[in-house]
Amino acid sequence: MSEKKNVTVHEPMFHLAKRPVIHPVKAWAIRLTAIVLGLLFCGIAAFILIEKLQKNPDRIDDFYYCFIKGAFSTNRKLWKFLKNLAILQCISLAVTPAFRMRFWNIGAEGQTLMGVLGAISVAFYLGGQVPEWLLLVLMFIGALLYAGVWALIPALFKAKWNTNETLFTLMMNYVATFVVSYFLVVWVPSGSSTLGKLKYGKLPSFGHDYLVIVLIVLALTMFLYIYLKHSKQGYEISVVGESVRTAQYSGINVKKVIIRTMLVSGLLCGLSGYLIGAGLDQSVTTESVGGQGFTAIMVSWLAKFNPLVMLITSGLISMLNSGAAQISQDFNVNGAFPDVIVGIILFFIIGSEFFINYQIIFRKKDQKEGVK
Amino acid sequence: MNVWVNFLIDSLAFGAVFMYGSTGEILTEKVGHLNLGIPGIMCMGGAGGCLMLNFIGKSSLPGFLIVILGILGSLAFSMLMGAIYSFLTVTLRANQNVTGLALTTFGVGLMKVIFSKLDATIYLVGPKQLYRWPFAGRTDALQYLGVLFFLAVIIAIVASIVLYRTKVGLHLRAVGENPGTADAVGINVTRYKYAATCIGSGLAGLGGFYYIIDFMASQEAYLSIEAFGWLSIALVIFALWRPHMTILGSTVFGFLFSCSSYIANIPGITVTMAAKPILKMLPYVVTILVLIVTSIRNKRENQPPMSLGLPYFREER
Amino acid sequence: MEKKIALSMRGITKRFGSVVANHNVDLDVYQGEILSVLGENGCGKTTLMNMIAGIYFPDEGKIYKDDREVVIRSPKDAFELKIGMIHQHFKLVDLFTAAENIVLGVEESGKYNLKTVNNRVSELAQKYGFHMDPQKKIYDMSVSEKQTVEILKVLYRGADILILDEPTAVLTPQEIDRLFAVLHRMKEDGKSIIIITHKLHEVLAVSDRVAILRKGEHIATVNTCDATESSLTEMMVGKKVSLNIDRSEPKNPTPRLEVKGLNSVDAEGIQVLKDVSFTANSGEILGIAGIAGSGQKELLEAIAGLQPLTGGEVIFTNPKKDKPVTFFHKSLVRVKELAALDAFHDEKGKAVSFEGMSNTEIRKWVESGNVLFREDEIMDLRDKTPLEIRELGVRLSFVPEDRLGMGLVGSMGITDNMMLRSYRKGHAGFVDRKKPKALAEEIIKELEVVTPGVNTPVRRLSGGNVQKVLVGREIAFAPKVLMAAYPVRGLDINSSYTIYNLLNKQKENGVAVIFVGEDLDVLLELCDRILVINSGTVTGVVDARTATKEEIGLLMTKTNAPRKEEA
Repeated sequence: MSEKKNVTVHEPMFHLAKRPVIHPVKAWAIRLTAIVLGLLFCGIAAFILIEKLQKNPDRIDDFYYCFIKGAFSTNRKLWKFLKNLAILQCISLAVTPAFRMRFWNIGAEGQTLMGVLGAISVAFYLGGQVPEWLLLVLMFIGALLYAGVWALIPALFKAKWNTNETLFTLMMNYVATFVVSYFLVVWVPSGSSTLGKLKYGKLPSFGHDYLVIVLIVLALTMFLYIYLKHSKQGYEISVVGESVRTAQYSGINVKKVIIRTMLVSGLLCGLSGYLIGAGLDQSVTTESVGGQGFTAIMVSWLAKFNPLVMLITSGLISMLNSGAAQISQDFNVNGAFPDVIVGIILFFIIGSEFFINYQIIFRKKDQKEGVK
Repeated sequence: MNVWVNFLIDSLAFGAVFMYGSTGEILTEKVGHLNLGIPGIMCMGGAGGCLMLNFIGKSSLPGFLIVILGILGSLAFSMLMGAIYSFLTVTLRANQNVTGLALTTFGVGLMKVIFSKLDATIYLVGPKQLYRWPFAGRTDALQYLGVLFFLAVIIAIVASIVLYRTKVGLHLRAVGENPGTADAVGINVTRYKYAATCIGSGLAGLGGFYYIIDFMASQEAYLSIEAFGWLSIALVIFALWRPHMTILGSTVFGFLFSCSSYIANIPGITVTMAAKPILKMLPYVVTILVLIVTSIRNKRENQPPMSLGLPYFREER
Repeated sequence: MEKKIALSMRGITKRFGSVVANHNVDLDVYQGEILSVLGENGCGKTTLMNMIAGIYFPDEGKIYKDDREVVIRSPKDAFELKIGMIHQHFKLVDLFTAAENIVLGVEESGKYNLKTVNNRVSELAQKYGFHMDPQKKIYDMSVSEKQTVEILKVLYRGADILILDEPTAVLTPQEIDRLFAVLHRMKEDGKSIIIITHKLHEVLAVSDRVAILRKGEHIATVNTCDATESSLTEMMVGKKVSLNIDRSEPKNPTPRLEVKGLNSVDAEGIQVLKDVSFTANSGEILGIAGIAGSGQKELLEAIAGLQPLTGGEVIFTNPKKDKPVTFFHKSLVRVKELAALDAFHDEKGKAVSFEGMSNTEIRKWVESGNVLFREDEIMDLRDKTPLEIRELGVRLSFVPEDRLGMGLVGSMGITDNMMLRSYRKGHAGFVDRKKPKALAEEIIKELEVVTPGVNTPVRRLSGGNVQKVLVGREIAFAPKVLMAAYPVRGLDINSSYTIYNLLNKQKENGVAVIFVGEDLDVLLELCDRILVINSGTVTGVVDARTATKEEIGLLMTKTNAPRKEEA
């Protein structure tokens, strides 16, 4: 290899270059490879962490089977999987408009929680006093209002003084948590701070308890896809995200777009909160959203902010979660185990993006091929 | 001891958790990386230290050795987390926010799995007294001012000196402000980014370890570390990216956290249950206010590092 | 005595993807000389120098320093070989002081102490005759001061080969003189200096030898004393050329855009425009000349509604809108007066002069309603946003200097970029992509844009193609006023001529074209009149057919000139 070269010359073995274009099939093949590698790695990690596996190595088949089993093995599990997918998808959709504008809103957790709180406060105070249908409408308005305000506050400061939105929205998450615990203390005089399931304000169900939620989220996915891709507002969001200067040049009112888009994000978080509050829990705790606001950011990013692709990525994460939950049940490990699995797989997918965006060019090859 | 002095010391001691976390985060932010994985890293730091103590906690090793080995265990885990973060964001140029969040998911989860296997009678009961040297055995807040507390203060001061008074610090800040420039003058950008992120993560991890082994010293302590991780990231803004300022900032945060229990001592004031969440909210609200005020005043020196959040790729054309 | 070779390059080739930036280049630099590397934009001058400075690594070829083969893989390697480069875009940390920037990356033994560093920097500055405060922050500095810091940075590292990339582009003439004096002092000190430039007169003024590059290849190296402007141009461009731009006489120019007493202050509170007044006529190209950063950008952006004004007016005259004749005009005397001014025409646009008609005949004509009255619409664009300007029906096109950062969206395809102007049209809340796509395809065809497709992100296109897309879109808008800032910057000769022709065609169509340029030869060949500005004030307006380069150069540097307005 090296004998032809001058010994004193140490040339770099390879260098990196940005890929001009990559075929989508190739890109997805890279991502898929990453997921497979991640799963292999999880197997190894599981082997180290789970005593049962160390004793019965042949049960590694079961380990992988759990990912299928956890999500699809029974009707109940399937619906639970679909429900988790729908909620995660809904929050992921919510963060997407802001992200497309390069507004790093990591406050979906808090905004959604405020949405839940908004819905539940209405149900708490008005439940039983107004007709159920009216209550559900008012809860919806309450959810949107709370979450919308929560999203608007950082947006206004961003638009006016360019206040760092990442850190602002991050802090708002915690403020939201304590707002909820404040209300819990006020509402529950016993001091336990646990609000039981409310009697009123439950979304009607047909077919299956979760079917309404799944359908709403599917419709929302289509709506957001069209909104971002084919509406004037969607176009404005893309331009502002790419370059504020270009937006100004083409006559877009940047401040207005920032505030409006953040409001859209907030309202969608409110809707997510409504689905959680009125559709599932009929109650609120500081853990109502349970970190999904953060997971949604990753889901949205993995899907390249495309609502349709997001169905796949939120499906993947939900499947990993339920699969890993199955594992912790079958193999008797801690309930936090799914987070470890999801984390590992995410590392692999995140890392794989590099091979999609960049190519490694080896010098030798380059010289032989001549001009590429 | 006067209840107010006790309160102050308690705040200081509590603050050490944040001192570690935010000094670590400042180091990584100063090289241009917003590390949202700090909560996960702090968790893993706690897990690593306690895991080590779980092995040696009841051994006949000399006390100082147990202390040092525990710290090394903590550093090993959290620096490994830092290394994962650096590999993904520096070498593979991945999105920092997403990587950080994934790291937090992973770290918090793995910590919980690890702690489910540990025995508090081994890793906590004995070693706790060793780490609380020189005030071990006292009943007032002074007991919390142990080895790791003093280390936190020293590290915060040393980090400031290194950042603002030495050549290494100058280079480090240059990398965060303008990596292209740093690269052009021959600074090894990748090396600085890796080093600062890994060292920063190691420091942050000690914060988690300190909280479990000294300040809280309870079996469930590990469950609250994640929240302190986020708060540490907030404190960076509060401290305007100056490590020594975290001593002040974290004491204020510690003060706000513990005041709900001390404020009841003021005659005539009764703290209702409902007021507690409001008081706990204060650190976050204060941070938001600082963030807003600095953005309005828009002073160049008090802004985040210029390249914060952006990956660096030299042959960009 | 023959001078010693300090650095030589042999057979250097560098490719970027399919583009060959440098091909088989040989170049020698002697000790104690000033060498100019001359070539037009995009000829690979900067790439070549970047390989000596360690920014890029050559694909093929060898570099020798003091007769020893060397490998320069990073800027650090270059510094160790005592090679330093001053880039066109300064590489400084804004937040640091001058001294901090200068010591950045230097490995010295001993304790780091800012005080001693400050002193050492001051000493060095004095040695070569610079004036600077080592404790001043970069963000408080002027461009020239920043350049000084860059040069000192390189000298501080003990460099004996200094490469300066287009060092004069951003400087005033006085600053250029000062820079050249410093360069001479360094040369006398035994240092080798390489200047990358495309300005001939500077080459002749300062350098000992000139190396000419063309399309990535080394054409020749000649002694400056044997060279003339025309011989250098010939080598640079490849054939003897006089810039041949077909310039037609303006057809009945009428005032289209009148700018009166424009004042503007930038974000830092510095006055960037001071009492700027001029008139741009229809059917005419008005050139704007000035040293870079004299307010050209701000002026165009002020007109486009992007730069807030503190005073002045921007009066736009929308040419002759058709209106039916109203009773006001039915007084026969007035009608006759207006008819003499060519104010009436029939439905087909043919002028109606009423000549030789009797009063009754005229009355009959007017009352029939077949005669239309033309009236100019006059409006003030001041304090209007770009959108408001457009909604007023003012067709103002603007090709900004920063193509991908302002004029286009880099990550979007040509179709979506067409929509920047037109996306508000279309039904309800949805965008219509059909028409923009047709327009995109038309532009690709008409202007011969090389692109894989209408949806390929424009960022991936070459500079010339990007510019064609931008100019094409702005022209498709059928402008009444077309403003173009440095539209040929970074373009090869062919693409440049495409742009010149497009501008000329617009002029012939009666558009008022405003052209901000940096190359005085082009300005003189292309424009009808040239407005010269210096530090935000108008220093003169000259007739491009009679003016000389020297005359303009003088105006570019003139201060406190009495304002001259051309009628």
